[in-house]
Amino acid sequence: MDYLVIIISAIFVNNIVLNRFLGICPFIGVSSKVETAIGMTGAVAFVMTLATIITYLLQTYILVPLSITFMQTITFILIIASLVQLVEIVLKKVSPPMYQALGIFLPLITTNCAIMGVALLAVQNNYNLVESVLFGIANAIGFGLALILFAGIREHLDLVDVPKPMRGVPIAFIVAGLLSLAFMGFSGIV
Amino acid sequence: MKQWENFSKGFIRDNPVFVLFLGLCPTLAVTTSAYNGLGMGLATTFVLVMSNLVVSIIKNLIPGKVRIPTFIVVIASFVTMVEMLTQAFVPDLYEQLGIFIPLIVVNCLVLGRSEAFASKNDIFSAIIDGLGMGLGFALALTVLGAVREVLGSGSLTLIPDVAEFTIYQGDGMLVFVLAPGAFLALGYLIMLADKLKKKMY
Repeated sequence: MDYLVIIISAIFVNNIVLNRFLGICPFIGVSSKVETAIGMTGAVAFVMTLATIITYLLQTYILVPLSITFMQTITFILIIASLVQLVEIVLKKVSPPMYQALGIFLPLITTNCAIMGVALLAVQNNYNLVESVLFGIANAIGFGLALILFAGIREHLDLVDVPKPMRGVPIAFIVAGLLSLAFMGFSGIV
Repeated sequence: MKQWENFSKGFIRDNPVFVLFLGLCPTLAVTTSAYNGLGMGLATTFVLVMSNLVVSIIKNLIPGKVRIPTFIVVIASFVTMVEMLTQAFVPDLYEQLGIFIPLIVVNCLVLGRSEAFASKNDIFSAIIDGLGMGLGFALALTVLGAVREVLGSGSLTLIPDVAEFTIYQGDGMLVFVLAPGAFLALGYLIMLADKLKKKMY
């Protein structure tokens, strides 16, 4: 039951993009087409799940026993940066088609605050390993949901006559605001 | 004169938030009041100035291939310092900003200035650049925080207990303090900033 609560709350109630404001840069940056949005989601889901597992192990078995939790920021960012590099190298060797699809998004992920944010939130909420993994996956799904919905709206937005000063980024933010308002409807279900 | 231009570009012309769209996550997340925005802005300014300074000093010692990881380690060290300093001196702000203090490390503004400016310029210019960009970021966050706070709760808090103002009595538009209001307010502010920029330059 607890697991279900974690999943529902991460995807809908506290949506990582629309409610927690993590990963806004790719949300605005790569959301002009549904296709690229799906690619980005795949890359984020992959790295986010791995990063949450590894940072959990690092926190529980190295940082806490040695009581050097103040090193959290430095170690987490280094783990994430090297993980992205590693994933890139492995994918290139093991699955060239997948590398073709996700490759260009991988370098962007290092400075995607969603990855680091989810790792920090999992530690802050005192999740155990299973909960951390679920939290990582659920947040990746939430990220994908918001990104793909937003990309779909933006594709239609191109065909609409938007007032001149609002064109481009300002209207994107207004749309994101309305989307966020819609997601507020989920608050209270868990 | 050149240094003045270097300093002032961050305020309107190349404002990190309104024009370059960098560092949007903390911008949207922490600006529920002007005070939170100002605090986050100044914390980022500190990291930006110090990391620009260090990157500019060591720029000739780092091999090109590992420069990004090196920058990240430099930035992460200063972020850890900011974390400890805010926890010790302004614990209420530390509570409010939460995970967004460690997340300064992935703020693309900080890494962006290291890569685009500090690694190519002399130490003095790098400090001025960091200061200008940082204060421009702080300005944007304070303005956004002030707009949301005034519309949402009718008050304006620059420093708690020292500079607190009541703009109007009664209930505000609560939505501006909640998540959707951040997107809406920023959308309109970007539009206004664009107008202002076109008028000035």
